[in-house]
Parts: sequence; C-alpha cells; structure tokens
Amino acid sequence: MTPEGFAQLAILGFVFFMLLNSAAIMVYVERKVAARIQQRMGPTLVGPYGLLQPLADIIKLAMKEHLRPKAADPILFALAPVISAATAFTAFAVVPFGAETTFFGLLDQPVPLGVADVNVAILWVFAVTSMGVYGIVLAGWSSNSKYSLLGALRSSAQMISYELSYGMALAAVLVLAGSMSLREIVDSQAGSWLGFIPRWFVFLQPVGFFIFMTAGVAETNRAPFDFPEAEQELVAGYHTEYSSMSFAMFFLAEYINMVTVSAVATDLYLGGWHGPLLPEWLGWLWFLLKLSFLLFFYIWMRWTLPRFRYDQLMAFGWKFLLPLSVINLLVTAAGVLYFGA
Amino acid sequence: MEPNLILFYAFAALAVVTSLLVVAQSNPVYSVLLLIGSFMALAGLYVLLSAPFAAVIQIIVYAGAIMVLFLFVVMLLNAPKEDATQAAIGEARATRVIGGLLAGAFVAELLWALSRSRTMAMPGPMGARESAWSVGEIGQIIFTKYAFAFEATSVLILVAMVGAVALAGRHVAGKRPG
Amino acid sequence: MAELNHYLILSGVLFTIGTAGVLVRRNLITVLLSLEVMLNAVNLTFIAFGHFLGSADGQVIVFFVITVAAAEAAVGLALVISLFRHLETLNPDAFRQLRG
Repeated sequence: MTPEGFAQLAILGFVFFMLLNSAAIMVYVERKVAARIQQRMGPTLVGPYGLLQPLADIIKLAMKEHLRPKAADPILFALAPVISAATAFTAFAVVPFGAETTFFGLLDQPVPLGVADVNVAILWVFAVTSMGVYGIVLAGWSSNSKYSLLGALRSSAQMISYELSYGMALAAVLVLAGSMSLREIVDSQAGSWLGFIPRWFVFLQPVGFFIFMTAGVAETNRAPFDFPEAEQELVAGYHTEYSSMSFAMFFLAEYINMVTVSAVATDLYLGGWHGPLLPEWLGWLWFLLKLSFLLFFYIWMRWTLPRFRYDQLMAFGWKFLLPLSVINLLVTAAGVLYFGA
Repeated sequence: MEPNLILFYAFAALAVVTSLLVVAQSNPVYSVLLLIGSFMALAGLYVLLSAPFAAVIQIIVYAGAIMVLFLFVVMLLNAPKEDATQAAIGEARATRVIGGLLAGAFVAELLWALSRSRTMAMPGPMGARESAWSVGEIGQIIFTKYAFAFEATSVLILVAMVGAVALAGRHVAGKRPG
Repeated sequence: MAELNHYLILSGVLFTIGTAGVLVRRNLITVLLSLEVMLNAVNLTFIAFGHFLGSADGQVIVFFVITVAAAEAAVGLALVISLFRHLETLNPDAFRQLRG
C-alpha cells in the first residue's frame, strides 16, 4: 500500500476516533455550560473540574441492564439505534476539515484532510440525513408502546419538514459557489475583501445561514425543537423503551448529528479552514475553532430558549422557514446573475 | 476478476435478493425496509454506471421520502399481515394460482428472450461514457431539452399533493379535513 | 467490465420479480411496493443505456421517472387509506362492489 493510501486510512481512523471523543466532550461541555447558564457549578466531583464525568457516564451506561419489551419486534428493536448511529457517522464522511498536507514531508504527495472528496458532497449529506429518519421511526414502531410511537411519528414528521428548508439553503450556497464538492466550496471562500473582511458566505447570505442553522437544530431534534423528546410531555419519546448501550447509541447519534451539522455549516458558510494569522497547514485549528463556536451556540440555545409546541414548530417550518428559504434562493440566484460573481 | 465486476455482482445479488424478499415477506414493515435495501443496491449500480447524481437522487427522493411515506401509512393503518386464512374471502386461491401462472409465463418469456440475444448492443457514436457526469451537464439538458417535461412534472406533483390530501382527509360534516 | 447485457438481464429479472409480486400478493401495500420494484428495474435499464451510449439523457429520464413515481405513490397510498377506512382490510379481493 502506498504511503498516501496508508495516510488516508489513518485519517479515516482518526476522524472516527475523534467523532467518538467529540460526543464525550460534548456531554461534559453541555453539562458545564448548562450549569453556568443556570448559575450553578455542574460536575466537579469526578476528576479535576469534573473532567472525567463523561467517562463515569459511559461506564454507568454500559453496566446497566439491557432490556427489551416482550412485545417489541426483536429485529427492528436492535436495528433502529444502529441506523441512527451509522447515518450520523456516515454523514461526516464527506466533510473536509483541512487543506492538503504532506505531514511535514513524510509523504511524497499531499493528502487532503478529510475522509472522502465526493463531487456531489452536498447531496450526500442531504441523503444520509434523510436516512437518519428511519432510525427514529423504527425505534418508535418496534417498541410497541404508545409514547414511543407518538414521539417517533412527531419527530420524523418534524425532521422531514425541516429537511426542505435545509435543502433550499444548501441549494443557495450551491448557486454561490458553483460546485457541489465541499472542498471546492471552502476553497472558493479563501481570501478577503478590503484586506480584512474574509470572503465567507455568511456575509453574502446571512439569511441562508440563519435558515441552515435553524433547520439543522430542528433536524437534530435539539431545543428549542425537541418537543418529541420532551420529558414533561412524552416520557422520553422514541427512546423510552431503550436502555444501556442502545440508549447510548441514540445519545451518541444525536451528538454526532450536531457535530456534523455544525461542521457542514462551518464549511459552507464560515470558510472552513481558512483564517488569518495561521499557516495553511494549521488550517484545521481554525476549523476546530469555528466548529466549537457553533457547538457552543447549539448548547447556548438549548438552555436559553423555551421549547416550541408541536403545532407551532410545524407551522414555523412550513409557513415561515420554507418560503423564506425559497426567497433566499431566488435572491441569491438573481444576485449571482446580476453581479456575475 | 476486476473490482468493477465484483462490485457489479455484489450489488446485483443484493438487489435481487432484497426484491425477492420484498415480494415474499408477509410483514409490510419488513417489505418496506427490504425495498430500501434494494434501492441502496441500485444506487450502488448507478454509481458504477457513472451516474452518481441519479444515485444520490434515488436515495434522497425514493429511499428517503417515498419510503417514509409508505412506512407512515403502514404504521398509521397498523397494516395487518397478509393472513392465509383470509383466503376464505373469495376465490383468493384461484386468483393466486392464476397470478402465479402468469408470472411464470412472464419468466419463461424473459428467459427465452435472453437466450436468443447473442450480440452486445452497439455503443453509440461517442462510445461508452468514461467519467461520471457532472450535475452541471445534467442541469443543462434538463433545463433546455426537457424544460417542458420539467414544468409539467412540477404541476403533476402539485396535483398529486392536492389529490392525496383530498382523498385521505377526513370529510366529517362541519369539520375541516385532517 | 460488466457489459450492457449483464445490466439488461438484471433489469429483466427485477422486473419479473416486481410483476410476480403485483399479480400474486393479496395485500395492497405489498402490491404498491412491487410496483416500485418494477419502476426501479426500468430506471436501471435507462441508466445502463445512458452509460453505454454515452448520453446523459438516461439520467434525466430517470429523474422524471422518480418524480412521477413519487406522485403515484402519494395518490396510491391516499387511495389505500380511503379503502382501509371503508372496509378495515387491505386484501384487494374484499373490494367486490363493482363486480358484475
């Protein structure tokens, strides 16, 4: 195997490992940030500053008894969390997180930092996200319980409704960049105007960014759109009957989906790994910084905004966000045609 | 055997097996999931045929939206499994036998036609396509040569949407449907 | 390299499976699913020809076929829902009112 092939496999393994770690880090950060927003301390007992808390959580989850309701469909009950987690990881496969690098000259030819570079990357993200709906629907159905089924149907209806606005926002970026490959979209955001305003698409399309992040939050079933998971209304929605590692998979899938949406938003709107001051091969630090900012924003929103009621949620998605995203697309297309950018 | 051929056989086998199971399963939920598996296999074949755009569109629209619709309907209706004892309803047994015979005749005809095909189809004036088509090229064709079909399809979808809501909505006097 | 004939044989086999499903199964939803299998087989034929003849028209036609299949599935399922509400069964043999 060529050194480049080996390097690509290593990048693949590294990305997978870091995604798993990111879920654990997100668990900790969420609890700490939530605590600070609510003016309390958060986990402090386990390890210094509570840093080992996620480890304790994982050990606890792994040691719980694995239950399955007797009336549950065994194949689907076991398959649903697998689908959720698998689609969450697969969606990240086309996200580039750094420029090409030769790892300090170890390789003859530079290798791009990212798992795969598909020339229909935007559509790939969209396709895999729409497959993620099945994990939830099957979880609700196979549990054979009222709360699960209701939560699952509501959650999947919400996800497919917001997918439309998500897709339209993606289409608007496509019009601006002229390519579907995420790497090319990031590269078209290099440089700056007037020397200090970077050429990020968020400055050209602030409405598009708002639509994308809102639809992304709704897609991942996070507050303020987390009615299907609301403890007060539906016990726990579609994952009511799940325990131990299956529940951990759903949990993991939700956090990885958050990371994927934030990563795609970073690449599409915030210029990916381009940034001032750092050399090109350290671009992934900028990527990490922007990604962290978006994830913090996610957590901030959850603990600040009240939850939408389900009919408000659906009305918002269909009657406000979808027309707005269509108008955004039209205006972007008109702008590109007029200014010839 | 080169990798493309191995991939072709793998995807083809997957497509045939899942399609057979779709037809043979008694539980409708399993049928829907197996059909999704069949779509994935076909999407893989489309990629082998230098059509990645069609593959992704198949997954987004067919496997991601239409099958969700099927699944919702199956779940909301709590669709019963096909019951063997329901054959008491009518001449169901005779229907099955005749249906089976027709399908068998179709298979026989297909096998006969395939056994008579000797030559490969002639490649077109430009030969087989080497690299994957880009979305831009497809867009060019859709919006110039097939522009009317594109507009007509959008009207078709609108009509289908209105029709589906009208058919499936509840028409209780005094209440709005749904 | 898989030749055009391989793809056509596969497409024919899939179409046969779909037809058998439509003719034999006594459950409306499974009949609709078998119909989708048939449409899939046709899509495969279009794309195979598009590849081997070097024309992108195959993909474009498949794009339209998928859209029409979506519309047809929506209306078909709406009909199934109406029928189910009427007689609480999905067996097509139960709907006999129009028989002579």
